[in-house]
Amino acid sequence: MKTVLMGNHAVSHAARLARVEVVSAYPITPQTQIVEELSELCASGELAAKFIKVESEHSAMAACIGASAAGARAFTATSSQGLALMHEVLHWASGARLPIVMAEVNRALAPGWSIWTEQTDSLAQRDTGWLQFYCESNQEVLDTTLQAFAISEQLALPSMVVLDAFFLSHTYEPVDVPTQEEVDAFLPPYEPAMKLDVADPHAFGSLVGPDAYFEFRHAIQQSFGRALDVIEQVGAQFAKRFGRRYGLIEGYRLEGAELVLVTASTITSTARYVVDQRRARGEKVGLLKVRTFRPFPFEALRQALCGVPKVAVVDRNLSFGHHGIFHAELKSALYGQPGAPRVFGFVAGLGGRDITPQTLDEIIDTAQRLERPDQEIYWVGLKTPAAHEASVRA
Amino acid sequence: MKNFVIPEAEHMYSGHLACSGCGASLGMRLALKALGEQTMVVLPACCWSIIAGPFPTSTLKLPLFHTAFETAAATASGLRAALDMKGKREVTVVAWAGDGGTFDIGLQALSGAAERNENFIYICYDNEAYMNTGIQRSSATPQGAWTTTTPQGQLESRPKKDIDQIMAAHGIPYIATASVAYPDDLIRKIEKAKNMQGLRFIHLLAPCPPGWKISSQETIQIARLAVKTKVFPLYEIEDGERYTLGLEPEALPVRDYFERQGRFRYLQPADYERIQREVDQRFEKLKAKSQGH
Repeated sequence: MKTVLMGNHAVSHAARLARVEVVSAYPITPQTQIVEELSELCASGELAAKFIKVESEHSAMAACIGASAAGARAFTATSSQGLALMHEVLHWASGARLPIVMAEVNRALAPGWSIWTEQTDSLAQRDTGWLQFYCESNQEVLDTTLQAFAISEQLALPSMVVLDAFFLSHTYEPVDVPTQEEVDAFLPPYEPAMKLDVADPHAFGSLVGPDAYFEFRHAIQQSFGRALDVIEQVGAQFAKRFGRRYGLIEGYRLEGAELVLVTASTITSTARYVVDQRRARGEKVGLLKVRTFRPFPFEALRQALCGVPKVAVVDRNLSFGHHGIFHAELKSALYGQPGAPRVFGFVAGLGGRDITPQTLDEIIDTAQRLERPDQEIYWVGLKTPAAHEASVRA
Repeated sequence: MKNFVIPEAEHMYSGHLACSGCGASLGMRLALKALGEQTMVVLPACCWSIIAGPFPTSTLKLPLFHTAFETAAATASGLRAALDMKGKREVTVVAWAGDGGTFDIGLQALSGAAERNENFIYICYDNEAYMNTGIQRSSATPQGAWTTTTPQGQLESRPKKDIDQIMAAHGIPYIATASVAYPDDLIRKIEKAKNMQGLRFIHLLAPCPPGWKISSQETIQIARLAVKTKVFPLYEIEDGERYTLGLEPEALPVRDYFERQGRFRYLQPADYERIQREVDQRFEKLKAKSQGH
């Protein structure tokens, strides 16, 4: 049924439809409405789950870990500072092979305080062993959250479903909300291969020496490799039932493209519009959306981009002293490949500054004008020192 | 008082990795006798992370989940919630943490769980310093103690944090102090806790021979002296307000307890007088509370 939902509520209803059994969460703007709605759903009995109102995000994840270890489907949501606080236990969740699903609303990190969107918070957690999906619309948020449970539980790995602050979290869009029966048929109850059980007692997470730790890490990496297939398979199963298909990446108007924009999250929607305009003017500009960031879809990206002369990556994030993170990672996938494009890296929209069609036009113009990158990264929309000072004083 | 029989069932294997004379390993063995086999243990970083044995072995015959240092109470909350959702209410969840994981780094999560009155038993085995990392002071370290971070010249200057009063302020159903030197009392308290609902907090004094600089056969004697000198009184608090004093301590001077331990070797006669006054005052307050004053 089509309903008008804000992105945050798309998450809550996906968690409800997934019949999560334990929710443990802490409020943080702009995620709070996710857990408010889940509280309402638990209070009304629409969702039969235990909601633990913990005293921090660190404890929120720790409680999910305890719940998941006993075989319950566990869910939480956070953003920015909250995610940063969870860092230690994010590693614990993946190391313990627990398929926890978390919604993460992209928000810039302080100081200065910012509640607006930026991808650095989630990308900074890239090495924690979580799958990461970046969503473009509220429909994709709901669908990806449902898929994340199916994917995670097959792999015994946790998943992070990422959505932009405000541009999705607080924006109302029409969302096709499936029925409980449809979701039950897609997502069976969680039956872990191992769990805490008094009838079959085991110790989990014990001290492990150099003789075995290495193999445990290899096993996780193997599962990340398998994840590439599982994501596509679950996407295909989902498409069969619900008619909407999402994969690792999505190409848009790539035919004969001489320049391809690479985007994630809601920037993609703006980019679709700009690419349409450019195509209408006869320019060979295409778009590639990265939906799955972990596992990083090396092969899919190579297939899509090798042979294209130029690629322009739009990063609403930054690794200080390095590049935008999608830019750096994409280059690592393309390095040494036959027909590898020249890759331009653009940093834009940090701290929630708008990335408008004009921003993307400037990016396209720059990449078209230059034969090859002449800077490590390009800052787009950066005010001159004088203009910055004037705008702060105004 | 009728004869008390310590349950014979063992839920711990022999061959664990504790130091000889370890109060914490004895404490676990006794506690599990009271808890029984329908028990799951959540274990944050502490000496017991090692004592429990390396993969693929386990010292416990029960399900055991290792978790991050500051997360015992939060992880136990989640585990409890999952078991309740699965209809396994008969299973007891126990968080077993050291003093560092309880008084210091885990206090926030413990306070959260206590305020929510989560339904599990939290047992803090208190060896009064970070012993697993090699004897660094914690907020449970007594005044005047030597540790590697309170060396001679800068001995621990602050009194031990009163964790039991902090827990009492949360109004949780049950708090008890206990000692490995009084196994009957310890087991009785854990059995009592097991038959209650909500957050139950057991504060178990567990001497550490290498950290306290005592010989490994002195664990029980020293633990007993802690009680007899009133330095570590045995008592219970119900609903944060009803105090019950346990064994009436013999009025032994605190010096009898302190001078047997190498960690207190730098204490001076004046220190003993001050400590005696403080211990007496604290005990009188406790006594008054137990008499309803």
